[in-house]
Parts: sequence; structure tokens; C-alpha cells
Amino acid sequence: MKDNLKEVLLKPIFKGNPITVLVLGICSSLAVTVQLKGALVMALSVIIVTGLSSLVVSMLRNSIPNRIRIIVQLVVVALMVILVDQVLKAYAYSISKTLSVYIGLIITNCIVMGRIEAYALGNKPIPSLLDGLANGAGYGIILVVVAFFRELLGSGSLFGYQVIPQSFYEAGYMNNGLMILPPMALVLLGCIVWIQRSIQKDLQEK
Amino acid sequence: MEYISLFVKSIFVDNMIFAYFLGMCSYLAVSKNVKTATGLGVAVIFVLLVTLPINYMLNEYLLKPGALGWLGEKYASVDLSFLSFIVFIAVIAAIVQIVEMVVEKFAPALYSSLGIFLPLIAVNCAILGGSLFMQERDYANLGEATVFALGSGIGWFLAIVALAAIREKMEYSKVPAPLRGLGITFITVGLMGIAFMTFMGIQL
Repeated sequence: MKDNLKEVLLKPIFKGNPITVLVLGICSSLAVTVQLKGALVMALSVIIVTGLSSLVVSMLRNSIPNRIRIIVQLVVVALMVILVDQVLKAYAYSISKTLSVYIGLIITNCIVMGRIEAYALGNKPIPSLLDGLANGAGYGIILVVVAFFRELLGSGSLFGYQVIPQSFYEAGYMNNGLMILPPMALVLLGCIVWIQRSIQKDLQEK
Repeated sequence: MEYISLFVKSIFVDNMIFAYFLGMCSYLAVSKNVKTATGLGVAVIFVLLVTLPINYMLNEYLLKPGALGWLGEKYASVDLSFLSFIVFIAVIAAIVQIVEMVVEKFAPALYSSLGIFLPLIAVNCAILGGSLFMQERDYANLGEATVFALGSGIGWFLAIVALAAIREKMEYSKVPAPLRGLGITFITVGLMGIAFMTFMGIQL
């Protein structure tokens, strides 16, 4: 049982990563990866929402009628997202402004619904909680990696602090303005998929 | 004139896919051939066009700070905006369900071509995203909200049909094995996004 839980926890982070392997939840996420800070907050919010909503749905799983389960799940997820949104508005107002609608869009993030459908509906609460947390984390890691490169190459800073020394700029180094544009997030994501699939050959298509 | 400007802006400049990455999941999953992509695109336009005005009215007369003013002085200070996520998603899920039943009953031909996509749309970020953007940007009247819905729907439609066409052609090209499928699609969408950026700053 113990090994099993470890498997549940570790698999989504690399081998079965929700973004690069299952292609879930790319929506709402990439626009927030210009700055590492926003990406980190987004990642934490998604981890909390996936974990808690998997837990709640799993506790309710025997009393949800099958026919209306989608609506029930949506309501549970929406509730969690509202909680996260209100907390962010209260304690981190400026970040909540930059993330704008993307926090709300966690509701329709396919990862949340996907894990509830695929795992939480058929498993006990504790493994479901772990599964939700781990999938959120797998998603968060990709988000943070993309944001790291975009902020480093695009603005020469990390978490808003300058990391590329001034002398570099004086010697003619320039920030790559392309990295700040939204489409570059997708190109970077393509590169991450490329690297991962070169390592794990069994994931390659055809 | 303002409507035309808003319309063009929401198709090209604020394109749901290329500027905001909304509806990416179904965008990547259902863009393998042009025919199904067209079906999904039409369904998205349709659902956006129905749900967005309804959500606009709800926001205007129920959720916005002070929106309950029409009930009397006592309610003028009520702010229900924290409920908007749950209200919007419930409206969308319900509308999708109703649209599905109506289409099935009265236009079976349309139903068989849209059929499987309609339920998918309830969880398409582009739909909820449309409503949330509408709330955030605070459109002045119902007309503007409707034009915005139509424009972003058409933008989404164009984007998915274009990607599907490119992917159909890409079947015949030699892509490095690890990039095949998902990887190259991401990069293609990225490049298309850069191409779409040329529309930025267009003012009519």
C-alpha cells in the first residue's frame, strides 16, 4: 500500500505529466508564465484546487448520481476556485490583478475535471487527495520551468530581481524581447516535450 | 463604427487562442483534420453567442456591485461578484445541455455533425473565458457583449481551421521522432501566434 501511494504521488510529476504526456490543462495557464512570481502563484492555486476538489468529490463519490455528476463536479471545483480567488484578492491583490481571469479559468482546466473523472470517482479520499496534489504539482513544474526561461531570457531577471549583471548589457547583451510575447510559451513547451520524449522513447508517436 | 472596431479587434488582435491561449485542450485534440475542426469551431461560435449575452445580463442585473439596485434602495449596496464563477459555469453547463437537446430534436442533421462536440464545449475555457473577459472589461451594453462574443467565436474558429489545415499537410513532412505529434503542434501554434501578432495595434 505504501509503495502504491508513492507511485500515485510520483508518476504525474514526470512520467505521466498532465501537460506534456496527457495534454491536459494547457488552456488558462501559459499566459501567466511571463513572470516567475505569477507562475508560482498559479501553480500553487492549481495544486490546491486539484487536491481539494479530488478529495471532496472522492468523499461524495458514493452519493453522487451518475447522470448529473458533471454538474456536481463543476460546482465543487467552482467552490474551491472561489475560495482560492478570494484568498488571493485579500492577501495578494496585485498578483491577483495580473492573473486576472486565469484564476477563474482553473474551473475549466481539464486537469481538475480529468483527475476527478479518472481517479477520484473510483478511489478512496486519501489517495485521491494525493493524486490531485501530484497532478497539480506536475502541472506546476512545467509552468515554473517555462516561466523561468521566459523571465530569464526575456527580462534578465528572476522573481523581479535583476540576475544578469549590468556589465553584460554594457558589453552589448540584449534581452530577448521575443520571449515576453505569449506565443513563445508554446514554443518553449514544444521544446520541453521534445526533450522529454527524447529521454523517454516509449512516448514518441508513430 | 465602434462595433466594427470591436468585432475586428476580438477576431484578430485579442484572438482567444493566440493572445490568451483559451480553449487549448480541445484546440489541440480536435485539430487533426479540417472537417471535424470546422464542426467544433461552429459549435464554439454558437455557444459563445448564446451564453455570453445571458451572462452579461446576469452580471449586469445580479452580480455586479450595486447591480441589485433595481430591487430597491436597500439592495443597492449588495455585491455578489464573488459568486460569478459559479453562476457563469452553471449557466454555461445548462445552456450547453439545452442547446444539445434542442438541436437533437429540431435539427438532427446538424446534431449528427456537432453531436460529440457539444458536451465537450461546457468545459472549453474559451467559453468561460469569454464571460470572464466580458465581466472584466465591463462592456457598455448588450450589443457590445454580443459583438464581442461573435468576434471571439469567429477568431477561435479561424484559428482551429487554420491549424487543422497545417496539420493535414504536416502528415507528409519529416519531423524528428521525439517532436512528432504534440511537440511540433505546440511549436506550430507558437509560430502562428507570432504571425497573428502582426495584427496588433490595428485601429479602425
